[in-house]
Amino acid sequence: MEHLAFSCLSVLALGFALGVVLSKNAVNGAMCLLLCLAAIAGLFILLHAYLLAFILVLVYAGAVVALFLFIVMLLDMQGGQPWRFRAMQALAGFVASVLLIAGLDMIAVRGQLASGPPAPGAVGSNLKLYAYPLFTTYLLPVQVIGFLLLVAMLGVIVLSRRTGEAGRPT
Amino acid sequence: MSPSLESYVLLSAALFAVGFLGVLVRRNTLVIFMCLELMLVAATLALVAFSRFNGTGDGDVFVFFILTVAAAEVAVGLAIIVALFRTRHTIQVDRLNSLRR
Repeated sequence: MEHLAFSCLSVLALGFALGVVLSKNAVNGAMCLLLCLAAIAGLFILLHAYLLAFILVLVYAGAVVALFLFIVMLLDMQGGQPWRFRAMQALAGFVASVLLIAGLDMIAVRGQLASGPPAPGAVGSNLKLYAYPLFTTYLLPVQVIGFLLLVAMLGVIVLSRRTGEAGRPT
Repeated sequence: MSPSLESYVLLSAALFAVGFLGVLVRRNTLVIFMCLELMLVAATLALVAFSRFNGTGDGDVFVFFILTVAAAEVAVGLAIIVALFRTRHTIQVDRLNSLRR
């Protein structure tokens, strides 16, 4: 049962990921990204990471993809530019992808990765087990991440201001 | 009987490879950015799988950080793309070659 769900979700995720890469229209690409993220959230549920699946749908599918769609429609690139097949870049991408898959395949098959069945204590279902490390072990990274969000917000405000009106050259 | 750790890691590697291929092949800056997001999510899938199979919550905590960084990255990156479109009127990477001349 779980194997069947894993197979279906992985095929969906890979297919929609290929859809992002191959779709001519950027809007279709964003939609494929949305469905790919939904499939990955399903995989998170299979891994008992319920809270992370929820956050993934909320942040990625809700905010990030919506922002992408907003920008695609704002820029209004007349239809889709077909992706021209550049031999050099396509070859480089293909070779790099094959090397990456082969390397990870070696690690997965020959390495010491096999750790048997998953650990019995499902961490993902307990909210307290998320919150406790965040406020003890990882307190400094949480502060740094908060500062990063502040800086990103300021950066977006500065970047999206129209230049050339307040006496500054464009 | 649940799927093994190897299958999750292989799926994550395949998703990462697809995103990487998209970054190298596509010319549209927005689509390149979407493929970058795909690579980040593939990395989070591997982290969650390792965390589940080792019985520790550290990988899950790191996924929080990755999601936060990705959100900040998307906000700043899309602002840069909009600013770029305003000044150059294109977002195709092969036309943004001022530094090459």
